[in-house]
Amino acid sequence: MSIAAKARARAGGAPPPDPSLPGNLRRNAPLVPTDTAAGRSLAAVIAILTFLAGLCAGAAEMVATNATQWQTSVAQEVTIQVRPGPGRNVDADVAKAEELAKAEPGVAQTRVFSKGESERLLEPWLGTGLDLSDLPVPRLIALRMSGDRADLGRLRTRLTEALPGVASLDDHALWLQRLSTAASAFVGVGIGMVVLVLVATGLAVTFATRGAMAGNREVVEVLHFVGAGDDYIARAFQSRFFGLGLRGGGIGAACAILAFAVAGLVTRATQSGAAGQEIEALFGTFEIGLRGYASIALIGVIASLVTGAVSRLTVRRYLA
Amino acid sequence: MKSLLPGAERPVVQFEHVGMRYGLGPEVLSDVSFRIAPRSFQFLTGPSGAGKTTLLRLILLSARPTRGTVAIFGEEVSGISSDKLTALRRRMGVVFQDFRLLDHLTTYENVALPLRVQGRSETSYRAEVVELLRWVGLGERMHSLPPLLSGGEKQRAAIARALIARPDLLLADEPTGNVDPALGRRLLRLFLELNKLGTSVIIATHDFGIMDAVEARRMVLDSGRLRIEE
Repeated sequence: MSIAAKARARAGGAPPPDPSLPGNLRRNAPLVPTDTAAGRSLAAVIAILTFLAGLCAGAAEMVATNATQWQTSVAQEVTIQVRPGPGRNVDADVAKAEELAKAEPGVAQTRVFSKGESERLLEPWLGTGLDLSDLPVPRLIALRMSGDRADLGRLRTRLTEALPGVASLDDHALWLQRLSTAASAFVGVGIGMVVLVLVATGLAVTFATRGAMAGNREVVEVLHFVGAGDDYIARAFQSRFFGLGLRGGGIGAACAILAFAVAGLVTRATQSGAAGQEIEALFGTFEIGLRGYASIALIGVIASLVTGAVSRLTVRRYLA
Repeated sequence: MKSLLPGAERPVVQFEHVGMRYGLGPEVLSDVSFRIAPRSFQFLTGPSGAGKTTLLRLILLSARPTRGTVAIFGEEVSGISSDKLTALRRRMGVVFQDFRLLDHLTTYENVALPLRVQGRSETSYRAEVVELLRWVGLGERMHSLPPLLSGGEKQRAAIARALIARPDLLLADEPTGNVDPALGRRLLRLFLELNKLGTSVIIATHDFGIMDAVEARRMVLDSGRLRIEE
């Protein structure tokens, strides 16, 4: 029996009233006020930071994807260079090199650049109208590799043995390595920036939580007096800040996803023009793929979790 | 003197030579010793600034004495753990002079707060809270936020919040200060009923009207010193 009922029974009061509640009575509002100016500002800060982190992650993902595509397409083509030498028949050397290449499993196609074609490759540097017949212009054989892994080391050895000092194989390994390093560096910078932005989010939340604790000193005191433990109070603040983080992180991530989606659409729409081709040459395809979108969404979730965890930790330290 | 009988009831509150000062200021309480027995009823009175609020804060464990010992429900409170502190506070109900209702919660939510922080589900205490709210005359004000309540209504809400968890010890700081005499007498009757149900009650008041209405022990504080009038 409740206190009121017992007291009333002793005092001979009226029968117990109907305990039903009005249907529209608010019953479990958050213990820490949520919709404050400071709360809205914090959600805006988290949204901006998440948006920036999302852009970094998306850009890194785009570079990584494009670098892989470039590497794949470059690695599919290797070149044999046949240099003319004194007393040698360069056409025979080219034919020999082509024959060796064709014999190698994994080489799908060979294409011999004729003398004229080889000379035309020099035009961008030497200009037109020059007679290059006296110059020892090397001849090129482009090899297109099939999906099977070719043993380029063996082909190189065979070429060196058959045509020593004349033929060499260029598999673009150095260029690929540099491209890979540059792409990895860019991805590393992107991840670093995402981490920095998340740290900045954590710091912003720490300051905001301290401010909220100071602003809600009376709420904390009353909660203590009515029997709430430190952990309960920390949870109340955590749920409030997690909510703010979720709102901010959601808005920021959604904006970043929208930005990439719109940029992708615009790029695709302008692809036919000269500007579109330039953009594609610079950035490759402006697509971050499902993994990119998932990374951005994950950053939004992580920002919310960081917000909740940091606020809880800050409250626990504040109350200790 | 402490009873030597085994199983004798421990005092709800026990102060031994307690002194209290804020910072480097003068002693607000000097050499205060007393016991509050289980199921007892007493008034705490004295002029303004005599140290009543400080004494209540010491009992509520929101301040620690500068010297002497304080034991609440038999637990000596110096160096008490956070969990034990919470457990002791759950056995107390308090009515503040300035009410301390949370302005962003409705009257219903404010009164239900002690049960909510215990982790109970809302449906388990709904009937209790509504019944008590109606008993203190706030049945029609359940929806209202405290800033929209009158002084008397706030006081009744604060009292309801202190009573809802059926505390073993009730501390009330000027609980009838903002209500008309008739409601004051009704609230006093509620405190007495609660006392008969087993709760120890300490009412800090200046109101000789309610003190004269009940025969109870009076703890009189004057310039930080305590005098007991049985």
